[in-house]
Amino acid sequence: MLELRELTVRYGPETAVDAVSLTVPDGPFGVGLVGESGSGKTTIARAIMRLVATSGGSVRYDGEDVLRARGAALRAYRRAVQIVFQDPDLTLDPRMRIGTAIAEGMRAHGRVSRDAASARVATLLTEVGLEPDHAQRLPHQLSGGQRQRVAIARALAVEPRMLVLDEPTSALDVTVQARVLELIAALRQERSLSYLLISHNLAVVEQLCEQIAVLYHGHLVEVGPTAELLERPAHPYTRALRAAVPELDEALPAPAIRPDAAADAAAVTVGCPFADRCPMVVDRCRQERPALRELEGRRVACHRAEESIELPRESPRG
Amino acid sequence: MTVTVPSGSLARGRALRVLRAGRSNPTLAAGSVVLAIVVIIAVFAPLLAPFPADAGNATHPTQVLLAPSSAHWFGTDEVGRDVLTRVMYGGRTSLEIVVAVLAIAAAIGIPLGLIAGYFGGVVDQVIMRVTDIFLAFPALLLSLAIASVLQPSVGHMILAIAVTWWPWYTRLVRGEAASVVRRPYVESARTLGVSHRRIIIRHVLPNAATPVLVQISMDAGGVLLTAAAISFLGLGAQDPTCEWGLMVSQGATYFTTNWWYATFPGIAILITAMAFNLIGDGVRERLDPKRVLSR
Amino acid sequence: MSLIVRELRIGFGERTVVEIDELQVGDGEIVGLVGESGSGKSVTSLALIGLARSAGAWVEGSIQLDGRELTSLDEAQWRQLRGDRIAMIFQSPVSSLNPVFRVGDLFVRALRLHGATKAEARDRAARAMREVVLSPELLRRYPHQLSGGQAQRVAIAMAVALRARVLLADEPTSALDVTVQAEILELIQRMRREEGISVLFVSHDLAVVAGLCDRVAIMQSGQIVETGPTAATLRAPTHPYTQGLVAAIPRLGGTHA
Repeated sequence: MLELRELTVRYGPETAVDAVSLTVPDGPFGVGLVGESGSGKTTIARAIMRLVATSGGSVRYDGEDVLRARGAALRAYRRAVQIVFQDPDLTLDPRMRIGTAIAEGMRAHGRVSRDAASARVATLLTEVGLEPDHAQRLPHQLSGGQRQRVAIARALAVEPRMLVLDEPTSALDVTVQARVLELIAALRQERSLSYLLISHNLAVVEQLCEQIAVLYHGHLVEVGPTAELLERPAHPYTRALRAAVPELDEALPAPAIRPDAAADAAAVTVGCPFADRCPMVVDRCRQERPALRELEGRRVACHRAEESIELPRESPRG
Repeated sequence: MTVTVPSGSLARGRALRVLRAGRSNPTLAAGSVVLAIVVIIAVFAPLLAPFPADAGNATHPTQVLLAPSSAHWFGTDEVGRDVLTRVMYGGRTSLEIVVAVLAIAAAIGIPLGLIAGYFGGVVDQVIMRVTDIFLAFPALLLSLAIASVLQPSVGHMILAIAVTWWPWYTRLVRGEAASVVRRPYVESARTLGVSHRRIIIRHVLPNAATPVLVQISMDAGGVLLTAAAISFLGLGAQDPTCEWGLMVSQGATYFTTNWWYATFPGIAILITAMAFNLIGDGVRERLDPKRVLSR
Repeated sequence: MSLIVRELRIGFGERTVVEIDELQVGDGEIVGLVGESGSGKSVTSLALIGLARSAGAWVEGSIQLDGRELTSLDEAQWRQLRGDRIAMIFQSPVSSLNPVFRVGDLFVRALRLHGATKAEARDRAARAMREVVLSPELLRRYPHQLSGGQAQRVAIAMAVALRARVLLADEPTSALDVTVQAEILELIQRMRREEGISVLFVSHDLAVVAGLCDRVAIMQSGQIVETGPTAATLRAPTHPYTQGLVAAIPRLGGTHA
């Protein structure tokens, strides 16, 4: 089980992640982390993987502090939690054969004979829907979707219990996306995996996650069970996000919130970070930052959450 | 499924590929051919040279400063030694110097650059400041300094040049390494628990090496000229060692009356440096556009 | 202002990448051109604004803007036409905006190129900015000081100020957040409603196209495999590729964990 407590990441004067607390239980279970650009979702993923230094708070896996782990404890963590990145082009070393890349993690954690490694690689390739003889190929000989599958196989090679998936399909064509998402769903069942799925695409997150956490400018604004959260959003930003997603059978959504003057906004230190754009803003919002609190089985950071949750999920025009 | 290919056709296939490569890159081809000739002459000098003894201490007081003739194609020098022989043996010296300098410079410069680029932070700062200090020394001045302390010789000259050459490689490699380190595949390796050493050797080095390889091939000509200049000034090779720069220097005194003494070593320098430069250009042509295309 | 494309063939060297028999954008119409990567949709839109040849492609066939044949124009004639009659916005708004100039300067230069005086140009620029709900103050900024959404609105404002009648939009919202995307799409709809601009909207996002476009053309491997009124075509697609695309879209309210 992965636990983030008040995780904070600062880049100089900017706070990319502000005191985020979140739990990813043991599998099979998926937690979706959604947000737009600047929300801090990728930073959280990188902090969990120790790819970026944190400025406060803690990350614990099975109770052990992960950020300060060393030696055997660190190695154990590296096996338990793996990441799949967004960019299929640079996620694999262009000069390394697929089979070698997949086996790399195995080798880092102990001696593996060449035959044993080849056998495992072949099994993993089949598991992710590729042919065993792809092991001899170089990345540029595979398509984007195939490369993402290899990245998944590489992550699975160390037998992780949890995956961090950072926009794993955003750079792929929609038909390819669908198949990779199916793969993730299948793996989750077969291996009892848990994962933190980061995406800007609500539909993808809905498909694969039991729980959704919504981020806005580094703040966690709402966390709750997927179905309820999407059906009855409590936070105005969640509602706006939900409403803004264009759907095939409906007319275009009317923009629900004011344009993000991101280029102007200085870091909000007092009051709610969403106050400038919130359609339900009142004076209190600008003076007092809402704390994350329980409401109908979720956590929301909004002074007017009780009213907001009752509002109809914005019905589009037309 | 294995396929057996008759060995004759394999050889033919390889020859065809070489020919095709030659046609597509005439610079590389031309430079390679010339350099190949120079190397063969240098390597087989003991067998090819007409008067192998003249490469050393032999003196022939009766044959001093003879003009080029059928017996001595390049004439003789001021102690009667055959210039052709000495030019051929000079090739060995020059090649030794080029290979030694580049090897030492690469052996020092590349690892330092990799470490600086990979770890960044304090390590990077320290290495780069040291690099900057060495960059400040022109090869000539440093050789002068070393020569004043140690006996001038080929060996000390190699050291002097190598010491001023490695910082360029460190700079180049560090830049490339720093950008490679940020790429997702390196981050993946770290999250998989792969050790720093393995990552540097298996991921960073191969992906950062190309510009440095190009630079090394372009530098060969420069090293040759630097060595010739240092020897010309008397700070490098010493008589009786055959070294082209030294020979030009010795021949300079006699130039107006005995043109051949300085000219032939000079031409040898010219041709060999040009061959190195053509190869360097050809290598750059081959590797750079491919890099741009394949990202 | 209508755009009629017939027998369009585009290629690089020996490879033909686009073969379109017919594509039309009528007056005040918004037509969607949908395809995945490699379908040729971007190259097509480049050809429609005369930029395909400078990208190294050869172009054959007929592209008519209100009866005027575009494929035979030379660069000088294209420069007159671009901005004035037909404008293009890109996925990355900074591609359209030269980073070393303030946005306002770019705007004014573009307008002056097409005959306005400095005073007129400034005036029209300010008005166009208000049309796209941006403060004219932003004209004093450099492109990198604008957010993605703001930059895209500026690009649209320029097209509007130049009074282009046809707008080619190549994935204009793909790089933008979904909330910002909603605003840009609404802006495009308003431009059509109020100014009568015709739009060719190139995208891989079927859901966006479904809401925005009157008609849709689906491209696969350089050819249009299906075309028709958006709602009907997407509700009951006849071509297997279209069916595949529609089926593959992750839908909200569909299956979930």
